[in-house]
Amino acid sequence: MSEVKPRIRLPRSATAGKAAEIKTLVSHVMETGLRKDADGNTIPRKIINRFTCEYGGDMVIDMELEGAVSANPYVEFDIMVGDATEVVFTWYEDGGNVYTETKELSVG
Amino acid sequence: MKTLTLSKLLASAAMCAVALSGAATAQPHPDAELIIEGELQLKVRSEPAAHMDGAVPEIYSGWLFRADETRALQMDDFENPAMLGVEDGEAMWNTAEGAAGQSCADCHGDAAESMKGVRAAMPKVNADGVLWSTEDYINNCRTERMEADALKWNSGPLNNMVAYISVQSRGMPVAVQIDGEAEPYWERGKEMYYTRYGQLELSCASCHEENYGMNIRADHLSQGQINGFPTYRLKQAKLISTHNRFRGCIRDTRAESFPMGSDEFRALELYVASRGLGLDVEGVAVRN
Amino acid sequence: MITRRETMALGLGAATVTLLPISVSAAADDAIAAYTGGASVTEGDVMITAPEIAENGNTVPISVEAPGAAEIAIYADGNPTPGVAVFKFGPAAGSHRASTRIRLGGTQDVFAVAKMPDGSFQQAAVEVKVTIGGCGG
Repeated sequence: MSEVKPRIRLPRSATAGKAAEIKTLVSHVMETGLRKDADGNTIPRKIINRFTCEYGGDMVIDMELEGAVSANPYVEFDIMVGDATEVVFTWYEDGGNVYTETKELSVG
Repeated sequence: MKTLTLSKLLASAAMCAVALSGAATAQPHPDAELIIEGELQLKVRSEPAAHMDGAVPEIYSGWLFRADETRALQMDDFENPAMLGVEDGEAMWNTAEGAAGQSCADCHGDAAESMKGVRAAMPKVNADGVLWSTEDYINNCRTERMEADALKWNSGPLNNMVAYISVQSRGMPVAVQIDGEAEPYWERGKEMYYTRYGQLELSCASCHEENYGMNIRADHLSQGQINGFPTYRLKQAKLISTHNRFRGCIRDTRAESFPMGSDEFRALELYVASRGLGLDVEGVAVRN
Repeated sequence: MITRRETMALGLGAATVTLLPISVSAAADDAIAAYTGGASVTEGDVMITAPEIAENGNTVPISVEAPGAAEIAIYADGNPTPGVAVFKFGPAAGSHRASTRIRLGGTQDVFAVAKMPDGSFQQAAVEVKVTIGGCGG
């Protein structure tokens, strides 16, 4: 669980015009910046500070995260299914790293 | 679960008090069933094995001692954070490492076939008559066949690999051998189980045989089963190994603990595993 | 505010008094005010769902929902820093709800503040008791 690795669960089948549930989980320690190491030095903050989900070019959810979100951040939300199939997930990490994952939604 | 607005808080105070006293019961859940993904049912209650000799009336998985929310995490492979480790373990399985340029898969092929049942029988006496844990078998492969470095006990990579191997036995009954060559190890582990350690003079049995179902401060004492290891522990927010939990327990008695990967803990692992004969392998479980 | 006499009249143990959310911490107050820009916050159609008793404060499941809301922010008034998360719902959102898992440093109130499309704010709170484990917890 050392690197940032997303897991995404899309609904098995989605119907246009209806809401569908999406679950996401990303491996990350979410270091708060409040902890100290064994030598008493503060461990610098390193968290996923923003997560977005876009569908067919539109924003579904744009989330700001603080250090109070648990390690391996889990987010569950609903998407309004339309004609588009491409769902883009993006995680933004302190320090500027960005992790993107694209999934195909099967609209039936 | 409760849902309320500020205006309802005072009105619900009486209900809160009732719910609190209800939560003081630390008994195993009377009828919850552990079904993974709505498909795979794991046995979480059992008649004790014959060797238990009436020490407890029934065997319970630690899952039954946990809160609704924690139990739910283990029933869904997506929500179970331990599956992050399993996925890492799978990637490691297929990746060549070491001077020999070999991956686990190069010799063992598909883990779903070759590793099925392996975890259920661990720890197990090896060809030289020595009791080994899953970690020892993995590290032996790494150093002898792959010519790679041994992984550190309870490190992320080793726990992930044990988790990946363990999942191949999920739903299979615990099947450790306790007789024959294993018997002296098992006897040693049993002796440890009933030995009082530390300034608090607590044995494993003090908490997990004589007082399971009771509160220790605000926590619920389980029977200390290890069929769910490696376990994603919410407290540590990562996978932990059986020996890591043993070390924590002995430390909490205010004793100098044995190291992880010690012969003492291998023996204890065998004995404690045998107390779970009748349960199914759950690894990877979720606990508090 | 509830007095001890009233508590006893209700037939509750005195210990319950300390569990009642009596006031929001100053830090949480400030954080919420910063989010709302000082606008008044009313109680409204905001739902916040969390376990009554969390087995471990490291991983507490929480869900928020506010029909029609543009955003929902979560604050934990007993944490070292009260801000937890803000969900902004876009045009492709299928609902105005979200669930996540959060860290709570101890028993405390968790607030959901919803920003409505007209710029008004509504909120709800839930108390989560965080148990101190017996085994090094």
